[in-house]
Amino acid sequence: MPAESVARPQLAYDELQAIQKELDKCMHCGGCMAVCPVYATNKTEADVARGKIAVAGAVLEGSLKLDDPEVVDMLFNCLVCKSCMQSCPTKVDFGRIMLALRAAIVREKGLPWLKKAIFSTLKHPELFDRGMKLGAALSGIAFRKVGENGIAPRSPFAFVGKAVDFDENRWLPALAPVPLRDRQPELVKIEKPVARAAFFTGCSMNYFYPETGEDLIQVLKENRVEVAIPKKQACCGIPVFVHGDLETIRELGRRNLDAMEATGAEYLITGCGSCGGAWQHEYKEIFATDPEYAKKAEYWAARTYDISAFLLDVIHYRKPTGKVEAVVTYHDSCHLKKTMKVSREPREILKDVPGVTYKEMANADACCGSGGSYVLTHFGTATDIAERKVNSVKDTGADTVATGCPACMMQIFDNLHRFGGEQKVRHYISILAESYRNEQSS
Amino acid sequence: MIDSALIQKLREIVGTGNVLTSKVNLVTYGYDATADVPQGRPDVIVMPTTAEQVQQVVNLARRNGVAIYSRGAGTNLSGGTIPVEKGIVLSLQKMNKIVEVDAENLTAVVQPGVIIQELNNAAAKHGLMYPPDPGTVTTATMGGSVAENSGGLRGLKYGVTKHYVMGMEVVLANGDRVRFGGKTVKNVTAYDFSNLFVGSEGTLGIIVEITCKLLPAPKYRRAMLATYKSVSDAGNTVSAIIKAQVIPATLEILDNMTIRTVEDFAHVGLPVEAEALLLIEVDGMAEEVVAREAEAVVRCVNENHGNLRVANSDAERDALWAARRAALPALASLNNTVVLEDATVPRSHITDMLLELRAIATKYKLTMGTFGHAGDGNLHPTILADKNNKDEMDRVHHAVDEIFAAALRFGGTLSGEHGIGIAKMKYLGNEIGETGLDLMRTLKNALDPAHMFNPGKLVPFPKKEEAEVSHAR
Repeated sequence: MPAESVARPQLAYDELQAIQKELDKCMHCGGCMAVCPVYATNKTEADVARGKIAVAGAVLEGSLKLDDPEVVDMLFNCLVCKSCMQSCPTKVDFGRIMLALRAAIVREKGLPWLKKAIFSTLKHPELFDRGMKLGAALSGIAFRKVGENGIAPRSPFAFVGKAVDFDENRWLPALAPVPLRDRQPELVKIEKPVARAAFFTGCSMNYFYPETGEDLIQVLKENRVEVAIPKKQACCGIPVFVHGDLETIRELGRRNLDAMEATGAEYLITGCGSCGGAWQHEYKEIFATDPEYAKKAEYWAARTYDISAFLLDVIHYRKPTGKVEAVVTYHDSCHLKKTMKVSREPREILKDVPGVTYKEMANADACCGSGGSYVLTHFGTATDIAERKVNSVKDTGADTVATGCPACMMQIFDNLHRFGGEQKVRHYISILAESYRNEQSS
Repeated sequence: MIDSALIQKLREIVGTGNVLTSKVNLVTYGYDATADVPQGRPDVIVMPTTAEQVQQVVNLARRNGVAIYSRGAGTNLSGGTIPVEKGIVLSLQKMNKIVEVDAENLTAVVQPGVIIQELNNAAAKHGLMYPPDPGTVTTATMGGSVAENSGGLRGLKYGVTKHYVMGMEVVLANGDRVRFGGKTVKNVTAYDFSNLFVGSEGTLGIIVEITCKLLPAPKYRRAMLATYKSVSDAGNTVSAIIKAQVIPATLEILDNMTIRTVEDFAHVGLPVEAEALLLIEVDGMAEEVVAREAEAVVRCVNENHGNLRVANSDAERDALWAARRAALPALASLNNTVVLEDATVPRSHITDMLLELRAIATKYKLTMGTFGHAGDGNLHPTILADKNNKDEMDRVHHAVDEIFAAALRFGGTLSGEHGIGIAKMKYLGNEIGETGLDLMRTLKNALDPAHMFNPGKLVPFPKKEEAEVSHAR
């Protein structure tokens, strides 16, 4: 008997029937309605986990078809923010249900051509890389500069973009002319290091926010941590996984696991909740039945930390003494808080910075509406969700909103201006880095 | 009958985006939070945004002989919102404005789609609260909780929904909109219509606005947790506390099965051998009074052989409450079907009822944990079963029959707070008798002669008469 046919535990991502047990856990109490950002906007049952679980049940029993356009639409009208999972009394793993259904659609129908066009470039990081660099070069032509390091589509591109909600009111961070990983050596050496950490930059930090990535590296250096930044790392794969593309995330995951293994690092550091979540959870799940990569995924899952948790709980970081005069509020990125369970640490770091006045906002852990590509596919709902976030930010009277996720930074940056907020948007690590820098000037 | 012309008219009334007809939407409005009841599939879901739209929808439905199931968040536990006979689900969730909070008169005016917690948040800005506190406070709507007369964890001291509804505006079956009651503490003008529509479960009319009473929020509170080696010691403590003239805001009980399951599930440090547990919280406006009441509770617990833990901080209070909060989730984690009842007995029979429930569980070899509002005599016997096991589900149904019979034997009631809906309709006559059923039917026929509003719920009609009625439409 060939080795492959040995019975292995069924993965819900590979076999839809395996989610029946998860569906049965739901007692349809509707508790998810209290926290679902999509439901808060649209107020219909099909928005919320309970409704989607009922539809999944109907699909499994055969009264609805998985590839029915109505069903597909409903499945993708979810940010996979996992807020519902935090308050679920019976701990239904809704993220798993959602992604298993999306993977099943892809298995049955193939990726829609549009998504295929977008995501096939991700399988070849070099190609993707070139595309992003080209985008950066072109952005000067297609976009006009707005605000501090922001761009908005320029007419006539704005006119074309309007049809897909991508109009002149849309503020995006400028693509960096030189991405982070091209700016940095593969190993940032330090004298007498206390540890060696590998930095998984993620795409947003690499292409949109390289300065944030440099701030993170600087903070590690300040704490005598040697930083490996392997050039072979690729996208974490979450953006394609949420579209049901299991094959691509597995390919990206293998590549990333191999790249990190080669660094000989003891820890893996992320500055993005979605990337960190992939390393802590998703890789373990998608490789659970993989004879070679299951072990590697387990190994790195146990060594992955958000930078804040690493500083506070692993190396007991050096408290900064440089002054940063700012009134700061903090937005919990969904995947950082709800997947990686990091929410106390960034706040502690912010409060440790001299000169920072910390103000907690109402509903700090409510989703900002980004959801990766959700904001592109459901612009109206995403913007309504963002307006609530902006109002919470404005109510604090803060001049800076900090968060721990580049995608949230983009979404909040875009919507602050749309809804009249004047706040700066920063990764919390940049505020710490600035404080370290200010030590030298004082 | 619902055809495309009627759907088109509905779209003209409420706007295209507020009429849902897709297969996905029809599936998601076919259930509520009740286990082990049939699901339905409506023809259409309509989401009005004004009272005038509700009137127009009612007129249209009446002329076409179509049923209307009004619905809030669909969190009830009696099958009250399930569209059993097809027709229109009228979701009032988009009528969700808090019209006003009047701190001078201690009242609020809200639309039916306002979520209870949102009203509490608005009231809190004035140091006020809306006391009814069902477990679904963060999801349930005011309209739904008024229509179901929800109870909750503060019933003993603060009462239930009906004690806080002062007036409302209702759309009747003939399309009229009628207002009654208001902001005055005293009001004996006309019949007490508010109390007729509270708990009417959507069978008499559609509530489109509610005027409710608010109270100053208590400034001090003290939480305590007592465990007992015998159920009767816990029951005697409840009686002793009341006899000592202390009315706690919360007086909750967990039985041994629930305690063991909670400890297994949440590891909150409960003694698994305890036969019963009481969670007691006293509150008030004066620190001294609250302290004195807490002392009295401590005495009652000690005299009845309870083992006491007192919370001295908010964090410690949260730790004590964790056990009660985990009760339902912990039990629910044991199997795929959670049959949650709310049979209620006079407080003095709480021990008898707990022992009776245990006997019923043993007799039918069922997994059952009981927790609930001991101070109200309102217990939640919770049966965990496998919906795919027909034999077990049959035993569940027999056990439920006996639970209701026992509640009535002790002078109690079928439902303390979940309502009758479809789940308990067949037992209704056992409590109110044939004359009671006649009165129900008389009222229903007078206000909704075509049985357009939420048919098949709360008011049982004999099959023959039902046929006549549908003919009369």
